Amino acid sequence: MFRKLHDPGPQAVTIFIDGRSVSAEAGENLAAVLLRQAEGWSRTTTVTQSPRAPYCMMGVCFECLTEVDGVGSVQACLTTVRDGMRISRQLGRRVLSA
Amino acid sequence: MRPDIIVVGGGTVGAAIAYGLAGLKQRVTLLDGSDGDFRAARANFGLVWLQGKGMGLPAYQTLTRASIALWRDFTTELESLSGAGLDYENTGGLFFCVGEDGFDKRLSQLQRLHNQWDGGEPDWEMIDRAALEKLLPKARLGRNVSGASFGRLDGHANPLKLLMALHQGIVLRGGTVRSNAAVSKIERVGSDFRATLDGEQITAPRIVIAAGLGSARLAEQVGLVVPLRPQRGQVLVTERFDPFLPLPASGLRQTAEGTVMIGATQEETGFDVSTTSDAASRLSQKTVDVVPALAGATLVRQWAGLRVMTPDGYPIYAQSQSHPGAFVALCHSGVTLAAFHARDLASAILDGALPTSLTPFHQRRFDVSQAA
Repeated sequence: MFRKLHDPGPQAVTIFIDGRSVSAEAGENLAAVLLRQAEGWSRTTTVTQSPRAPYCMMGVCFECLTEVDGVGSVQACLTTVRDGMRISRQLGRRVLSA
Repeated sequence: MRPDIIVVGGGTVGAAIAYGLAGLKQRVTLLDGSDGDFRAARANFGLVWLQGKGMGLPAYQTLTRASIALWRDFTTELESLSGAGLDYENTGGLFFCVGEDGFDKRLSQLQRLHNQWDGGEPDWEMIDRAALEKLLPKARLGRNVSGASFGRLDGHANPLKLLMALHQGIVLRGGTVRSNAAVSKIERVGSDFRATLDGEQITAPRIVIAAGLGSARLAEQVGLVVPLRPQRGQVLVTERFDPFLPLPASGLRQTAEGTVMIGATQEETGFDVSTTSDAASRLSQKTVDVVPALAGATLVRQWAGLRVMTPDGYPIYAQSQSHPGAFVALCHSGVTLAAFHARDLASAILDGALPTSLTPFHQRRFDVSQAA
């Protein structure tokens, strides 16, 4: 669906989405990276488990919630990728882990 | 059509009374203010609660018990009429105790309250940490949690759905709900009351003032002096979690949707609904002391509302002596008392006389010290 228009070259970093390594560009918006993945969705809703993808890209719609380095319900569109960042797509309601 | 009764105030208190009156075949007009008003009903935490209430005024414990006894039936009726689900659960509630001191202090408070009440079995028992862990198998407790008081009559509901269902229920019972209808003046005209709105007047033989913090000014016009002050309460709300807290607690509950509500501050800051980072920090610390895993929860909202407080914190129910037919109903536990407001209070207002059981809640109790 979406693809990156240029090769980041030496600016390339690697992040991990559900354990899979994905190439991104330093300083890139996390929601943009999620949007160009093959699955097309980045979480399922807490009530009906319906799939959702980043939508407004400006921090207001909360569709792009994702787990970033263990912190839940982070807005991906307000997050900049860092090399080695670990992303988990949230499925339904999170479990409060002790 | 001319109404039989005007209810001024569309919050949970006014709406419950209007809903009850409409069910008694009265033509009711509910006049709600605007979104710019202080709306305590929209900031409510959602507990339907008894334990710990009524210190110094045992009649308040009796009143609260009476309302809770009506709550299930009240909810079932309102849900079937409106089609809304109110998420009412009444499997008991907790007050967490931190440290041995905290446990002893809670026990002695509840004992004192029970001795004042003198009305039968207590609604609560103290449970130790081991018993608490059994009740909450999915929530690892902070290491200083020593136990809790468990109130078997306590519960919680969705306060916004309650308010919405009451408004729908009034209309479905043939009543009228008007929004953006702030009342500026109430006058006696013959045996009727005339309420003046922006460019309009509505007349009825009875009027109920339940306009929260906006009530004092209106009540004065029908001969009732009601001392009120705002008390700010701030609440935090987290992202949604899989259910881990099967019982609500004082200041910590998980809603049917999975969010965790954390509350609430008690601040004497006047008519100011700002939220503060200081409150967020204190509420978070208190919560993490009880359930440490919540330190990893993302907060999605923080809000502040203003409680409708009287000098002793207890409700005011009164009919005006100089203007019979004019009533006032004010409290800060509009959710817990909603069933009572919709049933007994509505029916007493229709009868034109409040029962003697409500005498302790007349605002003349605040006059005593001035007369002495």
